[in-house]
Amino acid sequence: MPRLLDSYENMSIDDALIMCRDLVEDPDFPTVKKWREAGGKVVGHFQVYFPEEIVDAAGLLPFKVRGAQIEPRHGESHFGSYLCSILKTSLEIALGGQVVLDMFVSHPICDSARNLAAVWGRNFDYPCEILYLPQNPNSSHAAAYLRGEYARLAREVEKIAGREITTDQLRASMTVFNKNRALLRELYAIKRDTPWLLAVDEAYVLLAVGGMIPREEHNELLSWALPKIRGRSATPQDRMRLVFSGGFCEQPPLDLLHTIAQFSYVVDDDLLVGMRYITEDIALGDDPLANLASAYLDQSSYSPVQHDMNKPKEHMLLQQIKAANAGAAIISAAKMCEPGLDEQVAYTKALDDEGIRYFVTEFEERMANFDSLEIQLETFIENLLFA
Amino acid sequence: MSTTTSNLPQGAAATKDKSSIIGRGNKDGNQLFRDWYQELTTAPSRGEHSAYVFVMGSLAEVLQSFDIHTIFPEVNGLQTAVRHVADDYIAQGEDYGFSADVCAYVKADVGLQLRGGDHPMGKIPKPSMAVYTNACNTYLKWAEIWERMYNMPSVTIDIPGSRAAGRHTWSGHVDFENDLKYVRGQIGELITVCETVTGKKFDIDRLRETMHHTNVMMERYERLIELNKAKPAPYNAVTDGTVYLGVANGFRGRAEGAKYFTDLVEEMEYKVANGIGTTFEEKYRLVFVGVPCYPIFRRFNEMFTEWGGAFVGSSYMWFASGGANTGFQYDLDRPLDSLAEGLLVTTRDAMDTMFYSNRNIVDTIEPFGIDGVVYHPIKSCRTVSTGLADNRRAVIEESGAATLFVESDHMDKRVVSEAQLKNRIDAFFEGLATRRVRQSAGESR
Repeated sequence: MPRLLDSYENMSIDDALIMCRDLVEDPDFPTVKKWREAGGKVVGHFQVYFPEEIVDAAGLLPFKVRGAQIEPRHGESHFGSYLCSILKTSLEIALGGQVVLDMFVSHPICDSARNLAAVWGRNFDYPCEILYLPQNPNSSHAAAYLRGEYARLAREVEKIAGREITTDQLRASMTVFNKNRALLRELYAIKRDTPWLLAVDEAYVLLAVGGMIPREEHNELLSWALPKIRGRSATPQDRMRLVFSGGFCEQPPLDLLHTIAQFSYVVDDDLLVGMRYITEDIALGDDPLANLASAYLDQSSYSPVQHDMNKPKEHMLLQQIKAANAGAAIISAAKMCEPGLDEQVAYTKALDDEGIRYFVTEFEERMANFDSLEIQLETFIENLLFA
Repeated sequence: MSTTTSNLPQGAAATKDKSSIIGRGNKDGNQLFRDWYQELTTAPSRGEHSAYVFVMGSLAEVLQSFDIHTIFPEVNGLQTAVRHVADDYIAQGEDYGFSADVCAYVKADVGLQLRGGDHPMGKIPKPSMAVYTNACNTYLKWAEIWERMYNMPSVTIDIPGSRAAGRHTWSGHVDFENDLKYVRGQIGELITVCETVTGKKFDIDRLRETMHHTNVMMERYERLIELNKAKPAPYNAVTDGTVYLGVANGFRGRAEGAKYFTDLVEEMEYKVANGIGTTFEEKYRLVFVGVPCYPIFRRFNEMFTEWGGAFVGSSYMWFASGGANTGFQYDLDRPLDSLAEGLLVTTRDAMDTMFYSNRNIVDTIEPFGIDGVVYHPIKSCRTVSTGLADNRRAVIEESGAATLFVESDHMDKRVVSEAQLKNRIDAFFEGLATRRVRQSAGESR
């Protein structure tokens, strides 16, 4: 397969970040097109977490379906009111032909996402299905179940690929993804430890581009970019250190992140958390599929869409804020996102109890005017800094 | 009498005294409901335990075998809406912090909890435990609220649903067995929690007894749905159906529930045998898809019956019964394994009738003589409502059925506009009338 990214090795890091931004915002997803033009097949998977290793091991491109900043002219008519935007724009990129898939997978992360697989399946002939990630990770039977569910997914993927996924191929893919997650941890460490070197929107585009190219290529990009970011000459400023919460599924527009970055250092976040959901290297071992399943349950982060008694989400947020040495939080949610909006209540009550200040807001991926948000955020930050 | 039902009815029902049978289902159902709430109200004074559960996968058979009361927050919620007091409860939930854009059932329940359980039907006890499936994702978020409010055991029963439309696996298939083992294992874990909560040892014969009652109920429930193929339909699947659903959930696993549905089927068989319909002349036969509009429950129905529109089918009677419509029968010789299988199959069916119901609806049209399909997505419930616009497109494409698509809510009257609903409903019936005239003209040519 050809390399999907244009040559960036001779670019400045700023120009490479602009290239990534252009790709992330391009609703035509040119890297996916290029992959298909070279004869490759694509498996689209909806937010949040998906075991991409299985698809990668079959030689297919796992494509993270995360909506787009487009008007859902076709998609709108397939949904009623009171729904989040990402559903509509995700379907739109398929109905409008911007992205052609060979398979689509959604997850029971929320009621809308489960319905999305059914809607998708009624409109496309290729396989559209739900991967039932366990919602009872505390059961002693969850790991065995998930291993079986991953084996089922692997069989479906093999049908698309037209070949078997061998254990060695799966191990090789898991090695690539382990490296990718390690590089992403480095990326986030830069943001946490030296946030003046990397704004939240810049880190985001470096992360998000990984969802539309093979992860080997993403590793090459990150390996090239991280030293260059560390070598930037920016100096620290007296800005509030914040954690941004609410970007686990529908993504805020880059301009919104840029607006936040103008006033603060976002030292941690849950943007595209699925790509970083596994927090440690996964052992390869004799049964890599079992290890992949166990990692989802035991070596993983948190989000409002996974129910885990061992990871009360408000406690996880407090830990995240503490680990990032943040002084405040932006508790955001996508409009009409039920899990996100529900979680705002628990988050804000926990933050109140701990005396941590926060800013509550909602966003939509297609919002274009940030004036009001800018004023509110500026006021919030000033209150924090000068109170 | 004109009927499309193939195997109707049957024996004694046709000769019963009319006055003792007709209307019995609604009368007894309402009485059972009042008794049930009274039972819940007085349970704490008797030192009895209660579990908060949901209609899709309540695990009532296990809980009843431990004498644990089942409390359905969805039922509590709709009762506040029908009694026109939901706004107060919802407002309290919103004051607590919940968004205007999340499920109003949840907010009404938060209001109820903050009031110490004060409810128009009685006093709802605090939970000794909670049991919830993933049939609706909001169940999980809802349970998390209780987990934060109460220091009590909280048990998830995660039930994998169909992976794609029509892709069902059954016993012996590797994927089914994987799902079944997971569900069976979680039931075992639930039993352990019940033992801890109640201090009672699990009694498999008590479980057999509760499962037997559910067997009777599910067999009758399936028959009940079948009986509405008759013309005229003997009951309204939305208004009467809601009463039946209440009993099907509240009295699942209990002798009273089994008797109720036995009597109800007898009543409906009698009505069918004697050509007795509901209270108005049935001109158009409709299937309802979605969740009823409880804030104007009676009026919503009247807007259809005024035109002679009869709801003979309802997706609500499928999914909100937790799949009782399948008529699944537990094998009492192997209760725990069969309970797991039944839970998996029926809850999967309930989920299918929300996510993939276009197939069920199309399959209903001919045998039930459907003239129109009424879609009623609601703001509160993404589970039921997200896919309905697309579902409608698929049903129209496959069947050419006349459809109506009206949005409101099942709890929040701020989202219910009676005038707009009436406009749309009136236009729908005018269309149905025109369609009928054209069909008649076409047939006469």
